Amino acid sequence: MTSQVDQSEAVDGSDGDGGRTGSGAQRPGAAGPAGPHAPGSPPPGGAKPVRRLDRVIIRFAGDSGDGMQLTGDRFTSETAAFGNDLSTLPNFPAEIRAPAGTLPGVSSFQLHFADHDILTPGDAPNVLVAMNPAALKANLPDLPRGAEIIVNTDEFTKRALAKVGYPADPLGDGTLDGFHLHKVPLTTLTLEALKDSGLARKDAERAKNMFALGLLSWMYHRPTHGTEAFLRGKFAKRPQIAEANISAFRAGWNFGETTEDFAVSYEIAPAALPAGRYRNISGNLALAYGLIAAAQRSGLPLYLGSYPITPASDILHELSKHKNFGVRTFQAEDEIAGIGAALGAAFGGALGVTTTSGPGVALKSETIGLAVSLELPLLVVDIQRGGPSTGLPTKTEQADLLQAMFGRNGEAPVPVVAPATPAECFDAALEAARIAVTYRTPVFLLSDGYLANGSEPWRIPDIGELPEIDPKFATEPNREDGAFWPYLRDPHTLARPWAVPGTAGLEHRIGGIEKQDGTGSISYDPANHDFMVRTRQAKVDGITVRPVEVDDPTGDARVLVLGWGSTYGPITAAVRRVRADGGEVAQAHLRNLNPFPANLGAVLRSYEKVIVPEMNLGQLALLLRAKYLVDAESYNQVRGLPFKAAQLADVLWAAIGSLDEEDHR
Amino acid sequence: MSERSERPVERRMSDGDSEERGFPSLRLVPKAEAPQSARDFKTDQEVRWCPGCGDYAILAAVQGFMPELGVRRENTVFVSGIGCSSRFPYYMNTYGVHSIHGRAPAIATGLASSRRDLSVWVVTGDGDALSIGGNHLIHALRRNVNLKILLFNNRIYGLTKGQYSPTSELGKITKSTPMGSLDAPFNPLSLAIGAEASFVARTIDSDRQHLQSVLRAAAEHEGTALVEIYQNCNIFNDGAFEVLKEAGTRDEALIRLEHGQPIRFGAQAANGVFRGPDGELFTAPVTADNEARLLVHDAHAASPATAFALSRIADADTLHHTPIGVLRDVRRPVYDELMESQLTAAVEQRGPGDLATLLAGSDTWTVD
Repeated sequence: MTSQVDQSEAVDGSDGDGGRTGSGAQRPGAAGPAGPHAPGSPPPGGAKPVRRLDRVIIRFAGDSGDGMQLTGDRFTSETAAFGNDLSTLPNFPAEIRAPAGTLPGVSSFQLHFADHDILTPGDAPNVLVAMNPAALKANLPDLPRGAEIIVNTDEFTKRALAKVGYPADPLGDGTLDGFHLHKVPLTTLTLEALKDSGLARKDAERAKNMFALGLLSWMYHRPTHGTEAFLRGKFAKRPQIAEANISAFRAGWNFGETTEDFAVSYEIAPAALPAGRYRNISGNLALAYGLIAAAQRSGLPLYLGSYPITPASDILHELSKHKNFGVRTFQAEDEIAGIGAALGAAFGGALGVTTTSGPGVALKSETIGLAVSLELPLLVVDIQRGGPSTGLPTKTEQADLLQAMFGRNGEAPVPVVAPATPAECFDAALEAARIAVTYRTPVFLLSDGYLANGSEPWRIPDIGELPEIDPKFATEPNREDGAFWPYLRDPHTLARPWAVPGTAGLEHRIGGIEKQDGTGSISYDPANHDFMVRTRQAKVDGITVRPVEVDDPTGDARVLVLGWGSTYGPITAAVRRVRADGGEVAQAHLRNLNPFPANLGAVLRSYEKVIVPEMNLGQLALLLRAKYLVDAESYNQVRGLPFKAAQLADVLWAAIGSLDEEDHR
Repeated sequence: MSERSERPVERRMSDGDSEERGFPSLRLVPKAEAPQSARDFKTDQEVRWCPGCGDYAILAAVQGFMPELGVRRENTVFVSGIGCSSRFPYYMNTYGVHSIHGRAPAIATGLASSRRDLSVWVVTGDGDALSIGGNHLIHALRRNVNLKILLFNNRIYGLTKGQYSPTSELGKITKSTPMGSLDAPFNPLSLAIGAEASFVARTIDSDRQHLQSVLRAAAEHEGTALVEIYQNCNIFNDGAFEVLKEAGTRDEALIRLEHGQPIRFGAQAANGVFRGPDGELFTAPVTADNEARLLVHDAHAASPATAFALSRIADADTLHHTPIGVLRDVRRPVYDELMESQLTAAVEQRGPGDLATLLAGSDTWTVD
C-alpha cells in the first residue's frame, strides 16, 4: 500500500456511497492505454508495479501563463473517456496574466476521479503538480502529509524563490519532509525533447505543461489519443506547434515509464454509474445546451442578449457557435442593453435570455422589473461570483439569492431556479424556460462560478425524455365583442396571453405603467393597483414546482441539512461521511427557491434541527425563517471556494451532538 | 415659405422607377391587404399631452403618414422610453411597448434583429435618448439595425416638470438651474453623424408636410434612421423654435436641404451655403459671381464630413441657419440582415442543428 492508498482509505466511505463494486463501463482503449508514441512498447506499468486506487485527487498548479487550465481540462477529458466518475474545480486569478511567478498569479485546476460515484472535487489533493515556487507555496497548506508533489525544479531559482518569500529552497530545507517529492526538471526535459523541433526556446518551453500532462497520464493510465487529437485540432493552422506539444506530451509519458523516480503507476477502475451514454460536461456548457434544448422543445427561436462578464461569458461564446440552431446572440453595449434586447425579442415571440453575473444583475434590475410588469417570458441567468461590487470575479459564491428575490423597485416577484451540479444546469435551463413561458414571467436561473467551470460526467438524455414547453401564443381575440385584452388571464396559471406582433386583430400596447386588470390600459386606480400587485404575486406563488425530496434512509434523523445550488456536492459528501460513521442526518436540496416547493414547510417542521449551509451570510436561512417561522441555523462561508466535505461533516456532527446534549440535560 | 419647401425631399430609390415605389427597408414586412387611412392608426386611448403640445402635431403627422407605408398594422411596432413623447405608442393602433427610461433603442434592437418582418419605430425625447439612454442611441446608430428613431427634441424635461435637458442652451434657467445651466448642450445631429449613423435628418413639429417627407425618407432607408423633430413644449420651454416657425424669421433661419440641389435659403433664396478655402462651410448672399460655387447638397456622400459641417452651421443661440431635411443617407450593412445571413450560412455549412448530436458531443462512453 502506498501512502496514497492510505489516504484514500482514511476517508473511505466519505465521499462515496460504498458502492465501489465491479465496473460495468466500456470505454474506448480502457484496457491498454498504451502511449501511442511507441507502438508495441509495453503498457505503462508493464515493467513497474501497478497499484489499484479507488479515487485520487490531483491538483495542477502553476503560473497563470503556464496553461494549467488547459492541462486540467485535458486530463479531465482523458479521465472522462476512461469512464471514471469525476468532479473538477478550476481556480484562477481574475487577471489574465498576473505578474509572473507571484502568489496572486497562481492558477490551479483540481480533479477528483474515482471508480465510484463522487460528488465533489475533493477536500485535499493526493497529488500536487507545482510548476513553480509560487504554485508550491500557494497550494502546500492544502496538502495532507504523505501527498505526492511533483515540482518543476527548473523554476526553483533564487530569484523565483525570493519573489514568493522562500528564504531557502523548500526542496532541500526540510519543508517538504513528510511529502513524497518528485523533483523533475520539466523545462529542461521539454526543451531536450523539442531540440529538433525547430521551435524557438521560448515557444518550446511553453509545451512543458504537456510534458507534465504526459507524465500524469502515464501515472494514472489515462488514454492519450484524445489529447493528441485535441492538440492537432487546436493547432491545426500551426502544425509545428501541434507536433511540438504532442512530442512533449509523449516525452512526459515516456519519462514516467523509464525514470526510476516514478516507481509505480496507478489504476483507478471505471466507475459503475447508472446505465447510459455519458460525456463530461461543465456547468456553463450544460446551461448553454439546456437553453438550446428549451428553444427546440418550445419551438421558440433563442435570442441571447448579453454583455461579457466573468464567469458567464462562456455561455455567450458557446451559444454563438450554434447559429445553425437558429440561435441569435447579441453582444450588447452594456448589461442593460443585453437584457433590453432579450426582452424586445421576447415581445416578438422569441425565447429571450440574458446571461450575466452579480454586478450585471444589478444593472439589469430595472428591466427585470419591466419584464415583471409586461409579463413576458425572459430568462435571467446569473452565474454568481464573489461580491459585493466587482468582488472576486473568478471565485464562487451564492450571495445573489436575495438580489434575485428582491432586488427591484416595487413588489416585483420573480421565480428562481438553481441547479445543484454542473450537469444539472441543463435541466435547470429547461425548468426556468418552462416557468417563464408557461407563466409569462422573467425567471432567475442562479448558477455560480463553481458549477459554471466545474465539470462532471453527464448521462446524455434522450431528446424524447425532455419536457415539452407549449408557448400557447394568443391567436384570436379573447372578448366576445372581438376585442383583445392583453391582461385577461388564464384562470389557472394567472398567465396573460402572449400575442406577438404580426398577429392581426391582437394589436395592443403594453408598458411599465400600471395597467388596468384585463384591458391593460394605463390605470392609476388605487384598488386596481392593489389588485394587480397581489395578482402578480399570486401568479408566482402559484407556479407548480416539484416537491422537495428528503433523503432520510432510516426515518430516524432529527437533524435536517438543507441546501441550494452548488453546495449539493459537499453537503451530500458530508452526509455520507456522517452516515458512514453511524450518524443519522436527513438531507434535502432546493432547486426551486421561488416559489418554494409546497411541502417545504412540513419538511422543515418535521425535524428538530435544520442546518442550512450557504456560501453567503445566511440568505436562504433568512427566507426560511421569515416564511416558515422555523429556527433554521445558518452555517456560512464566503471564501470564494466551495465547502469541504470534512468541514460540513463536523457541522452536522455538532448539530447531532447538540440535540443529544439537550436530551441529557 | 419658399417655393422649394413645397417639394418633398427627393426619393433616392424612386429615381426613374416607374414601378410602384416601395420601401426597401420594409420589403420583408407583409403588405396591407386594403388601403389604410390615418383613422386606422388611432386608438381609443385619450391623448394626455398638455393642450397645445407639439406632440399632437407629430402624432397626427405620423398617423397620417403610416398608411403610405402600405404594411400591415399588426406588423408595425412602436417602442418608446420614458418622457412625454414616450406616451406615443399608446396612441398608435399598432403593437407597442412603452418601456423604461432611455432603453427603447436596446429593446427595439432585440425586436428588430429577431423579427425582420416588422416595421419598428422608436419614439424618444432629448432626455430619454441623449441623457439616460445616450449609450443605447449611439450603439444603435453604429450597428445600423433596421429601426426608425424619432427623437422629439424640445430642449427641456417636460414630464419631470421643467429641468434643463442635454440639448438645453448653456445658461438655461430652470427649476434645477436657477442660476443657469452649466453644461454645454449636445447637437443631436452631430452626435449621430459622429456615431456612424447612416441616416440623419431633422424636421419640425409644425411643418406637417416636411415632417412627413422626412418620415418617408427615413422609412425608405435601410438601417437605423435618426429623425430629430424640433418639438415645442408650450408649458416649460414655449417658443424654443419660434424663430424657425414665424413668418417673419423662418426664411432667414431655416435652410431646407434637398439632395442634389444647391443649398440656398432666405427670402427669394437670396442666401446660400459655400465651402471656404479651409473647408469650412459659411453662408453668404448669392451673387452672379459665386452662384456656381454654391454647395450642392449630397446626402449620399460617402464621407460624413460635409453632413457634419452642415449639422453645425446653425447659430446655437439664435438658431439662425438651421438646416432641416435629410443631412445624411448612405447605405451600409444592416445589422439584422447580417445577423440573419450568418444564421443562413451556418445552416448551409453545417446543416440545421440536431439536438441529439449536439448533446452527445464527440467524447462519449457507455455504461451498461
